[in-house]
Amino acid sequence: MQSANKWLKSGEPWIWLNAGAVAISMTVVLALLAFILVRGLGHFWAADIYEISYVNDDKAVRLFGEVIKKENINRVKRGLPLAADGDEFLQRWSLKTGNRELWADFRWIDEPSIQSVSLPDDLVVLERTEWGAFYGYLRSVSEGGTLVAEGDASWKEFISRVARVAELRNEIRGLQRGDMGSVNYQMEQLRLKGRALELKGADTPVALAQLADEKAKLQSEFDILMARLTKLNDKVERDTAKFEVMDGQVVDIALADIIEGLKPNSMSVWQKSVHYVYAFWGFMMDDPREANTEGGVFPAVFGTVLMVLLMSILVTPFGVISAVYLKEYASQGLITRIVRIAVNNLAGVPSIVYGVFGLGFFVYFLGGSLDQLFYPEAAPAPHFGTPGLMWASFTLALLTLPVVIVSTEEGLSRIPRNLREGSLALGATNAETLWKVVLPMASPSIMTGLILAVARAAGEVAPLMLVGVVKLAPELPLDGNFPFLHMERKFMHLGFHIYDVGFQSPNVEAAQPLVYATAFLLVLIIVVLNLSAIVMRNNLREKYRSIAG
Amino acid sequence: MTEFNLYQTTARQRHRALIDKLVAVGVTTGGFGVIAAIILIFVFLFSVAFPVFLPASLDSVAEYSETDLAEGRTLFTGLSENGELAYRINQAGMLQFFYSETGVQVKRIDNVMDSALNAVIPIDIEGNRLGLLDIDNKLIIVEIGFFVDFSGGGRVLVPQLSYPFGEESIPIDSLSNASLLNVGIDEEGVTVVYLDQSELLHIDYYLAEEGDELSAPEIESQLEIAQSVDFLMLNESASRVFILNADGVFKLLDIADKSEPEVMLTQTLTREGVHILTAELLLGGESLITAASDHELIQWTLLRGETSDYEMVNIRQFQSAGDLGLIKSEARRKGLVTLNTQQQVSLFHTTGGRELLTSEPLSDETILNVALSSRADTLLIEKAEGKFQFFEIDNEHPEVSWHALWEEVWYESYPSPDYIWQSSSADDDFEPKFSLVPLVFGTLKAAFYAMIIAMPLAIMGAIYTAYFMAPKMRTWVKPGIEIMEALPTVILGFLAGLWLAPVIESNLLAFFSLLIVVPLGFMLFAVVWQFMPAKLRYLIPAGWEAALLMPVLVILVVLAFQAGPVIEGFLFDGNIQRWMRLTLGIDYDQRNSLVVGIAMGLAVIPTIFSITEDAVYSVPRHLTEGSLALGATPWQTLTGVVILTASPGIFSAVMIGLGRAVGETMIVLMATGNTAIMDFSVFEGMRTLSANIAVELPESELDSSHYRILFLAALVLFGATFLFNTAAEVIRQRLRDKYSNL
Repeated sequence: MQSANKWLKSGEPWIWLNAGAVAISMTVVLALLAFILVRGLGHFWAADIYEISYVNDDKAVRLFGEVIKKENINRVKRGLPLAADGDEFLQRWSLKTGNRELWADFRWIDEPSIQSVSLPDDLVVLERTEWGAFYGYLRSVSEGGTLVAEGDASWKEFISRVARVAELRNEIRGLQRGDMGSVNYQMEQLRLKGRALELKGADTPVALAQLADEKAKLQSEFDILMARLTKLNDKVERDTAKFEVMDGQVVDIALADIIEGLKPNSMSVWQKSVHYVYAFWGFMMDDPREANTEGGVFPAVFGTVLMVLLMSILVTPFGVISAVYLKEYASQGLITRIVRIAVNNLAGVPSIVYGVFGLGFFVYFLGGSLDQLFYPEAAPAPHFGTPGLMWASFTLALLTLPVVIVSTEEGLSRIPRNLREGSLALGATNAETLWKVVLPMASPSIMTGLILAVARAAGEVAPLMLVGVVKLAPELPLDGNFPFLHMERKFMHLGFHIYDVGFQSPNVEAAQPLVYATAFLLVLIIVVLNLSAIVMRNNLREKYRSIAG
Repeated sequence: MTEFNLYQTTARQRHRALIDKLVAVGVTTGGFGVIAAIILIFVFLFSVAFPVFLPASLDSVAEYSETDLAEGRTLFTGLSENGELAYRINQAGMLQFFYSETGVQVKRIDNVMDSALNAVIPIDIEGNRLGLLDIDNKLIIVEIGFFVDFSGGGRVLVPQLSYPFGEESIPIDSLSNASLLNVGIDEEGVTVVYLDQSELLHIDYYLAEEGDELSAPEIESQLEIAQSVDFLMLNESASRVFILNADGVFKLLDIADKSEPEVMLTQTLTREGVHILTAELLLGGESLITAASDHELIQWTLLRGETSDYEMVNIRQFQSAGDLGLIKSEARRKGLVTLNTQQQVSLFHTTGGRELLTSEPLSDETILNVALSSRADTLLIEKAEGKFQFFEIDNEHPEVSWHALWEEVWYESYPSPDYIWQSSSADDDFEPKFSLVPLVFGTLKAAFYAMIIAMPLAIMGAIYTAYFMAPKMRTWVKPGIEIMEALPTVILGFLAGLWLAPVIESNLLAFFSLLIVVPLGFMLFAVVWQFMPAKLRYLIPAGWEAALLMPVLVILVVLAFQAGPVIEGFLFDGNIQRWMRLTLGIDYDQRNSLVVGIAMGLAVIPTIFSITEDAVYSVPRHLTEGSLALGATPWQTLTGVVILTASPGIFSAVMIGLGRAVGETMIVLMATGNTAIMDFSVFEGMRTLSANIAVELPESELDSSHYRILFLAALVLFGATFLFNTAAEVIRQRLRDKYSNL
């Protein structure tokens, strides 16, 4: 008893409690990262498909599907009767049965009602352009209505024909995005040119005739492309396949709607691993489908990277110059101190405030003025007077400015005074000292600041919602049409993609795996950036320790 | 040769000096530019938000007297939407359009009706449709429109007269007084309501869509009124009739069913000896405005009383300057323009709860007619026959006032004054409710719960990390926490909303039990650890306790989640939410403050952690060593010396964390229901200033009151966080100075 009392008095338990706070924080961080990792990466693994025979209302039902999760529920809580043996708990399975056009995507089944569970090798899962996943047995493949293969032979035929469709689809996409997109773009430019001429009063018959001429040329070009497209579309729609679904009916599916067919139950771990790599790659490189709930996130990755790049180009010079000004040029008085505090504080100003400023100042004020001055022909549609890539980068550059300034200043203050004085004593001017001695030595900390800025910008969503991010951008901000980089276009962003798909999409449950995968991608980018900043900072400290010593 | 060299050198020197100078200038301008940008943020937000507080003004633009416009007595004047054109209808049935700034006639239409006119009755509040009543009490409906014509090269506003229900007039039998007739048009037909000589109210309903001729009424019904009537008003959907006499006796009639009109209520609206001078319906027809001889201008709205009887309730009153002769409702806002017997014009706004302006007397004689454009930004008065004066009204944001933003406002059709944020609706005649109080409340509530979770974890954890933790472990913990700081809030919000919220909902009890189980479990483990064989204890040296506790935590959590449902079944019939609702009367919202608190707590922990850790770590070593040397235990040294010295730093960490919690957007946007309710319950959601901005700003119209109020909200956020951060920064600087002294 005495020793317990003494132990309490020594404060030892409180130390343990404090240690517990660290344990909780660290566990939560690790659990969060692990959770996102598992959920995000699990999405690409070709899961097994079960065939389950199940009793529902005294009728045997056959179900095909992926088991999403199993949970133990309290019967009383759900208002269910107790089990025959008085058991209060019930094990339930959540089954993804797919085939959204036929029935609900997900269903719950009670474990006691399950009669048998098997993993048939021949069960096929299809990834489709619409209606989500499809589960069923392949029965036959037809070409233009005539049977090509049936039974066991059909799978091989099916695979090769799906591959053919994929190739055609690529071709169509190339045509639509590339040539047709370019013709459309040129047509729009012609329309704007015509309007500009009209506004200037230079719409002489000659000029107009020339425009009409060019337009006719483009139109004929477009017609040729359109004919090609129609032909390709006909080709794509040639084949169909018959599948038997879980309630026994046989349905026809056009191969044109199929992106990929798999028999996951018959795949080896190695095959699944290879498929996994392809699936992940596809996720990175494909366009989203079905209101963003399926397909890839390429435009979002592209938009994020491009926006962050533009932001870096803006923020680095301004951040470094102002840090240099504060540290090297300004007299260190009260004003500098106040400015320094203000800069520090700016880092703590909520990001949404920057978004509000960006919308009001950049988009409406600057953009509106630019439109009036340089793009009157686009009116009433705004050109720069609407949220877009440029204003998003400006806003985020402003948002991350304090990060770069603070980091650069820190780097500058670590440079030993004697190095500067040495340079000046050897006759170098201030500018030369700055350019040849100070900045090179501060460059690692500038880089650290920049990396932190990039990491922050990549994860920021709230301001972007106001200044340029959209859920679905019809075209990338970078393409083959002059001037190639279209700063006025709206763009997609990984962070916003998570918000949009997770909270605004019509089928949140079906979209969840994709949200986790996107979240994983974003976390990966940001963690890697931050870790590199941390490593760089530590190396830097070592380096200066040796110089100072 | 030497000279040449020297020359070259000086040229080079000059070149170098020039570059040096240029760089200095460049850097200075750049530096100033960035500082200017920072100031610009504040100035710009302020400049956008500021105009909401500007007072209204009434400026005379032109005054003219034209013989053209003096022809025949004017019965009615009107203005086009933008105030560019004005029109008047005279007794002889002539419609005349003229420029409101010059009085120059644009178009004149004689004989809008075949005979001379008795009265002009405005039908819709925008003033586009008018009922014309001739001296034989025949009624015709006309529509006055304006369209913009570009065909002549420039922009020309062209007036137009049309007869939407045909040119055939309908007879009104035994009308007592032209002012006691009202017309309403809905999608299916035209309702004519009037009082006859024997105090009988007639309701004639003509089934006719636009373009149809009015023939015989489909429904004709009558209702005994049994009181004298001085004012008769009809709401725009023609479902309710408001009847009032000078003594203040008021009747509300429900005529939604035209064949069976009924009296909904009878009520006296004035005190003894006070009589009603004039009355008008406010936009939307939900409120009646009365002006009485005691100079009170009162807004009445219909409410269902406690005994479920209807009742007109005085929700707001203004003092009018003098006896009012006329009230005009604005066509698009809940505003009023009044004219008193001293010929002064006043502007009021009901929601804003204020008198915006009272002019000087505008005329020596009685003003004959007043027209207000539907944007309510221009006003035309007829001072004498043919003599007009045209005014511009600058009154952009009458609904925004200190009262409307921060105090309880009694809105139309609400049972009591309340704080409400509801900025838009599908209806045109909606009363916007711009109370920032529920949003500020939501912001503080979210920040409060976040801080409750973050503060103990972050501060205790930081103290341990800085003071007790083994250096080797510290090199792992610090980057771990820093990674946590970098985690995008959109991910925390998404996990909180989609994963944590349902998990907590179904494991509420387990979750709350963690609050007790985890600290107790840690203590218990500490005790058990004391009695472990020394061999085992030496395996884990001091300073690694935290690592030891991580598996303990995992086990505790698993245990709690396993035991939770069992206990819940035992104690609460298996459903704690239902139990709470039935027994305690607490509603449970899946995305609630608890979820927000946890998610935002996680976002704030790293901020507080790293600053606190810095503060504790930089407590000078000789202080702690002195204390230890004097025989204090490490814990006594910590509480007596270290925390005391580091407390300003800890305070500044909390302030910065608070700043972050107040401004965080994505987490609250995703993890709450975003309803602007004011409820302290931890099981209800909230709407914060920042989430509100993110949701509403993209949809708000540029330079509207809503837009400016959202900027004001951003300015409030900016100001609040700037204040927190400055306080923290100043304290930190002080602390640094203090340490350098020690």
